Amino acid sequence: MTQPLIDVQDLHRSFVVRKRAGALRRTVATVAAVHDLSFSIESGEMVGYIGPNGAGKSTTIKMLTGILVPTSGHVRVAGLEPRRDRVELARRIGVVFGQRTTLWWDLPLRDSFDLLQKIYRTEPARHRENLDRYLDLLDLGDLLDTPVRQLSLGQRMRGDIVAALLHDPEILFLDEPTIGLDVISKGRLREFLRALNAERGTTLVLTTHDLQDIEALCDRVVVIDHGTAVYDGTLAGLHQRGGSSRTLVVDLVDEAPPIDVAGATTRRVEGPRQWLSFPADASAAPLVAAVAASYDVADLSIQEPDIEDVIRELYSSPAPPPAG
Amino acid sequence: MYGAIASLWVRAAWVYRTSFITLMVANGLMTALDAVAIWVTFAHLDLLGGFALHEVALLYGASSLGLGIADTLIGSVERIGEYIRTGRLDQMLTKPLPLLVQVCADQFTLRRLGRITQAAVVFAWAATYVDWTPARAGVAVMMVVSGGAIFFGLFVAFSCIQFLTKDATEFANAFTYGGATLTQYPLTIFPKELMRSLTFLVPVAFVNWYPCLYLLGRDDPFGMPAWLQFSSPLAAAAMVGAALLVWRAGVHRYTSTGS
Amino acid sequence: MKGTPLGLYVAIATRAFRRYSTYRAATLAGIFTNSVFGVIYSYAYLALWAANPDAGGYDKVDAVTFVWLGQAMLMTVAIWSGGTTTELLERIRSGDVAIDLYRPVGLIGWYLASDLGRAAYHLVSRGLAPMLVGLVLFELTLPPTAVNAAAFLLSLPLAVALSFTLRFLVACTAFWLLDANGVRLLADACAIFFSGMTLPLVLFPGWLGTLAEALPWSGVLQVPADLWLGRHEGAAIVGHLGFQVAWLLVLLACCQAVLRAATRKVVVQGG
Repeated sequence: MTQPLIDVQDLHRSFVVRKRAGALRRTVATVAAVHDLSFSIESGEMVGYIGPNGAGKSTTIKMLTGILVPTSGHVRVAGLEPRRDRVELARRIGVVFGQRTTLWWDLPLRDSFDLLQKIYRTEPARHRENLDRYLDLLDLGDLLDTPVRQLSLGQRMRGDIVAALLHDPEILFLDEPTIGLDVISKGRLREFLRALNAERGTTLVLTTHDLQDIEALCDRVVVIDHGTAVYDGTLAGLHQRGGSSRTLVVDLVDEAPPIDVAGATTRRVEGPRQWLSFPADASAAPLVAAVAASYDVADLSIQEPDIEDVIRELYSSPAPPPAG
Repeated sequence: MYGAIASLWVRAAWVYRTSFITLMVANGLMTALDAVAIWVTFAHLDLLGGFALHEVALLYGASSLGLGIADTLIGSVERIGEYIRTGRLDQMLTKPLPLLVQVCADQFTLRRLGRITQAAVVFAWAATYVDWTPARAGVAVMMVVSGGAIFFGLFVAFSCIQFLTKDATEFANAFTYGGATLTQYPLTIFPKELMRSLTFLVPVAFVNWYPCLYLLGRDDPFGMPAWLQFSSPLAAAAMVGAALLVWRAGVHRYTSTGS
Repeated sequence: MKGTPLGLYVAIATRAFRRYSTYRAATLAGIFTNSVFGVIYSYAYLALWAANPDAGGYDKVDAVTFVWLGQAMLMTVAIWSGGTTTELLERIRSGDVAIDLYRPVGLIGWYLASDLGRAAYHLVSRGLAPMLVGLVLFELTLPPTAVNAAAFLLSLPLAVALSFTLRFLVACTAFWLLDANGVRLLADACAIFFSGMTLPLVLFPGWLGTLAEALPWSGVLQVPADLWLGRHEGAAIVGHLGFQVAWLLVLLACCQAVLRAATRKVVVQGG
């Protein structure tokens, strides 16, 4: 059996935190940002790595890319030890940081891409081919001569993704890639990433807060909370396990007793507004129709489950140990 | 690779031509005031620490040249603390290039050309008083190159303090800029112990003092052995080597503890 | 600014004092650096005065004292830019300064009061400490009479304010220039040179000396230092304090004029 592309076993990472406790004294505490973390990712997978803030997501990514070394445990990416073999590993991965750009600020996109070809020593023909292709797919062709400084957030993000892919990395790490993007841009980006994985077999590791990113892109989800994996499996399984639900917020014309309708539970009533939760994998349409048919509805809206809810549910429902 | 990145920055700066030229000129004028100060000093005396105006000018010019070269090469190393805070250092760690090369090439600027020009002018003037021989010419070239390397090592090594702390970074200035300032004077004005520290501990005396003694045909006023006057490259190698070790340790610490 | 109670300015100054006093580690590091440079320049000046014991009318003890006074005052008067005008420059660049223009206290008064508060902190920390180091390591001279000491103390806030106005004007160029760095570099260089930090102005020969002593920068270091060293007596003391006051008033007027122009620009063009 071949080694997995990304292999993490019993990973621990702790930090020493110094705090001021009074005028002169300092307390020193050891905080485990990541502990007992194990998972493996095969080549070609698209994995969502999700968890609430402070769960240890960025710490894990840092350890996978060679920025941080584990306190203990085993981590191999593409058969290499990330920190020790940093330079070699860097040639085989692409990293996109959501908030900060890796492009050179004052210069046109074109110059950044040229420089990257030199840095990664990509074969010029291959570089040209990739560049043309990605520029076309991500609709950046007209912007080649625009200084990065003048690009919008969405354009810059697309530029960063091209920059990360020009050298044909085996793995693409994406840290919050759709943050701050409008709905259309998000959709296009997701489409692009799906196609990338399908055609090139690029392994995708995506950390995000946006569940819809996960829904659109990932077959597999690893949920990390308080430094360790609490779930590792399919997205559908996650919804089932977490019993995650969406919420239909109904604004009735007048106050009324809790709505009673099949397929949903009324969780909360405040004046004319009621919150109904229904299973996340069910369509909202029949529910909306049923409510509208039986009640005087002024307005409706749907709330998606957010990560914290899903994870909270994960904890509250007694579950068998995570599969695989 | 360094060259490719550096030239990118130069082109970026050239986009703002006026600003770039203004800064370069300002840099030159600024350092020119140093030379004026030397001239003013010698309006009151003939010998400073036993050295005449053209000799002090030679020392100053050589030191300033070395400093200007080093300043140009180190790029953003002095700002590494800022790179850590903004996360830019992490980004650099994901690229297949040695970290030091990336940091030195980042925001590369030719602004220092102002200082280098000024230093070259002063040095050239002082050089007219030197009794040149082929050996001396060789030593002069070695001196400038080694001087740049020694200061380069000095700044890189002391910038590594920013891996440990973000508050006490000014501490490093005492050694980096202090060291640079010291070399502008003939070392005879300092106590013997200081001269020895600058020879064996932090070898900035090799930036200009020892080679200039040879160029000026002077015996070592402290009675130090003459072979030191040819040892600038040795000191440079030692300094750069030490700096690289300190840098590696700093990066190692950074990747071991995060921030 | 008219009719604003003094208490408000004191409050601003106190807040600035407190804000800067939190940078403890940086202050210690700074004191170390000041001391190192103090030592270096002391040896340099000792060599100079060894060759010419009476240069500029100073003796070697005067000269070394001058060095340590310079290092002690370096942060206090913020010769090298620094101080609250750095914040101002940042705020002009980012555009946040627009808020400052509508504060109840005039912008100049606000930043000046803050700068004085900051200067007070730097005087106590990075002023006192290097002086003590200098006293331990070298032979320094103290003000010869109580009048000299008093005059020196009076000249300090004047020096800070004077330095402030100069830095303020430099910062304001950011309203018009896209990149104010060149101006700042040049202004810094002039400040260091013409205040006496590079060499005491008493050494400057002929026309250069006359020029240097007439420029406002001399009021930032040279004048207070000479008062400490007891170089002036009687009417001359008042004269030199008057020199500081005169330049201060002129420059404050310039600051106000520049600020008015800048405000017009911000309001009309949106900064």
